Amino acid sequence: MSDAMLEMRDLRIGATAYPPGEPPQDIEIVHGISFTLQKGKVLGLIGESGAGKSTIGLAALGYGRGGVKITGGEVWINGRDILKGGLRGLRKLRGAEVTYVAQSAAAAFNPAKKLMEQVIEAAVHHNRCSKSEAEARAVELFAKLGLPDPETFGNRYPHQVSGGQLQRAMTALALCPQPDLVVFDEPTTALDVTTQIEVLAAIKEAIRDTGVAALYITHDLAVVAQVSDDIMVLRDGDKVEYGPTDQIINAPQEDYTRALVSVRSINHEEKSPTPDPVLRVSGISARYKGTSFDVLHDISVDLHPGQTLAVVGESGSGKSTLARVITGLLPPSKGEIEFSGRTLSPALEGRPREDLRELQMIYQMADVAMNPRQTVGTIIGRPLEFYFNMRGAEKRQRIKELLEEIEMGDGFLDRYPAELSGGQKQRVCIARALAAKPKMIICDEVTSALDPLVADGILKLLLNLQKIEGVAYLFITHDLATVRAIADSIAVMHRGKVVRYGPKSQVLSPPFDDYTDLLLSSVPEMKLGWLEEVIAHRKMESAGN
Amino acid sequence: MGSALKLVAQRVALGLLLLLLVSGLIFIGTQLLPGDVAQSILGQSATPEALANMRRDLGLNEPALTRYLSWLFNALQGDLGTALTNGQDIADSISGRMKNTLFLAFWAAIIAVPLAIFLGLLAVRYRDRWPDKMISAVTLASISIPEFLIGYVIMYVVGVKLRWFPSVAMINDGMSLGEKLSSIAMPVMVLTLVVLAHMMRMTRAAILNVMQSAYIETAELKGLNRFQVIFRHAFPNSVAPIVNVVMLNLAYLVVGVVVIEVVFTYPGMGQYLVDHVAKRDVPVVQACGLLFAAVYIGLNMVADIVSILSNPRLRHPK
Repeated sequence: MSDAMLEMRDLRIGATAYPPGEPPQDIEIVHGISFTLQKGKVLGLIGESGAGKSTIGLAALGYGRGGVKITGGEVWINGRDILKGGLRGLRKLRGAEVTYVAQSAAAAFNPAKKLMEQVIEAAVHHNRCSKSEAEARAVELFAKLGLPDPETFGNRYPHQVSGGQLQRAMTALALCPQPDLVVFDEPTTALDVTTQIEVLAAIKEAIRDTGVAALYITHDLAVVAQVSDDIMVLRDGDKVEYGPTDQIINAPQEDYTRALVSVRSINHEEKSPTPDPVLRVSGISARYKGTSFDVLHDISVDLHPGQTLAVVGESGSGKSTLARVITGLLPPSKGEIEFSGRTLSPALEGRPREDLRELQMIYQMADVAMNPRQTVGTIIGRPLEFYFNMRGAEKRQRIKELLEEIEMGDGFLDRYPAELSGGQKQRVCIARALAAKPKMIICDEVTSALDPLVADGILKLLLNLQKIEGVAYLFITHDLATVRAIADSIAVMHRGKVVRYGPKSQVLSPPFDDYTDLLLSSVPEMKLGWLEEVIAHRKMESAGN
Repeated sequence: MGSALKLVAQRVALGLLLLLLVSGLIFIGTQLLPGDVAQSILGQSATPEALANMRRDLGLNEPALTRYLSWLFNALQGDLGTALTNGQDIADSISGRMKNTLFLAFWAAIIAVPLAIFLGLLAVRYRDRWPDKMISAVTLASISIPEFLIGYVIMYVVGVKLRWFPSVAMINDGMSLGEKLSSIAMPVMVLTLVVLAHMMRMTRAAILNVMQSAYIETAELKGLNRFQVIFRHAFPNSVAPIVNVVMLNLAYLVVGVVVIEVVFTYPGMGQYLVDHVAKRDVPVVQACGLLFAAVYIGLNMVADIVSILSNPRLRHPK
């Protein structure tokens, strides 16, 4: 017991809810969580959004975001209950004994200050060391975390370094005051897979070398399996299962944990290409207005009726730009697009309404893609009016059918988007796209903002709708598990080029080109020791070269 | 640094262009005024010959464009012409007046700007609690009351009852700095009250806007206290909107203090302008208009340049 670094006893956290049309209510969002974390150990907190994992993590600093308040229980750190010391006591603790790594380092760094100033601020503020000692330590951490030019890295401003580098700098910020506990809140979620694996390895090594204890919060079980000693599975503010990582991954006891472990295991039989593709992109190059270099280079891909072409790549690879070219938002500088056997006008303005109808789109952010002041019925009914001139009872009947197809009842007809969950919002967007009876839908990262189980539901729905309606999908994603689940053929994009293209079975089988190999091997696997294996393998390869 | 310098240069060029356009507008505006300068100088009883001579002497028979260019060219060299009413050199009369106006504006700004920003920070620190509400109430009240009324109230209380400072703000070159400051104390108080509210409220709004950012949470989780968070992390990111409002108010302090100058019979630009408008003294009105426009455009240009330079993305490109 003497080694207990952090102990939470029956922690209860409340917030104020503002249900539409009703008076505000106090609700409990974490219902009595207890655990003990030993010195130098890592506990993974895992769950979907709303599970309360970030809230619990912040409670270790005695902090509540927005109107969130700790309403009961105790939080013991280094042998004292931090909730008893008042705000003054908490301020001594924060940034000194306990530090925090935020999800989006890009937003969590002050844009007006140099990195070094921000990294050492807490250590100097709490008099844990002098300014020059803190700077020396920061440089040491920069080097340990694999940042370029560790001596001068701190002189840069946040906007001058990449997202992966910022996330590592955030880790340096958290480790600089030599804390006893670090709370990592989804530190790699916003990163590309190839960057994630590097940051993950750097974080793991830093935790091991400094002997700091850590709470590691994520929604990705495969990621947490790589870094934590124990895992606690949370759902709706309750503990579902709590045990050693090995047991949680290999022998989960609860149904919910089993569902999380087996997520993304949809099996999709690949269909063979047809002679007449619904979409043929030939030799497309494109550049942004007012620039003189191409962001897409000579792209040629086919999409067959009733099938799915997955366009996969990291941020900046040009996959969304390709979607903009196909929809006509960004006319290409070279090449042409054939759609249902006819050549599409390069610019949106030149396309007849029939082209618009047959080519629909679904977006990543369902909530900003809908008018918040329109009901679900109005949102889905709009394309029915616009394309088919439907009115009155006929329209209402069709809306009900569409709601049926997306597995939502007609009770949703008069609801507003704000009253829907993330998954439901995306379903409404799917229904709106289907309402136009399109031949093809472009799906731009449609599951990226969703929790894994919800995302699975959306993917199953899309596959099902494809079977019924025969619609083709151009599916843009950075997530290879999603690609496996849904694609018939795959185009791997990198720096504006298609580096690998073909039927799924062929693209995902060796021999690989270098980039596809890197991409595929970077996807975290639900397996202990995977991270070490990959890192060791890569080191060996680079030594061999 | 390159892109920031380029933007600053563009902004300066734009300011100069704007000033040129304004000079044209001022000239056209005064030409459109009804009446004839020669007639207004010589009076109703002037003979047609005398009027013709006068017009020739004043160059009024030249085409408008020629007169505009010669006026502009002379103004650029510091020659603003002579006043019609008393025949004095305008540049000479204005320079003394301008000095007084700037003196008053300077001391009002020295007090009002830091005070407004400090009150704004304080309002954020105690957001929605009584200090915030009190600061808002007092500054809003002071901006809502007409400035001449505040002027008379202060004059009555401070000048007449308490007898701390003289009620009439006369200054001249013979006075020491202390005497001058004592003399302008009351107008400075009034001006401070008048410009405080805008700047304080913008400071509050701009900082509160930034307080929603994730990096504010980072700062709080470093264990900084609320004032350190606001001053070190929020304030540097809200400089641009604050400077904009500060500059607008500084411009007001220079060009908009006519009422206060009249109330306190202060020998500044405002009173000078009002006097000569009443007498239809076109060259003086033109000269004052040009100067006021230059001050306005100049201060706004400074605000924009500060905004550009306060953005680290422009100062330190990738």
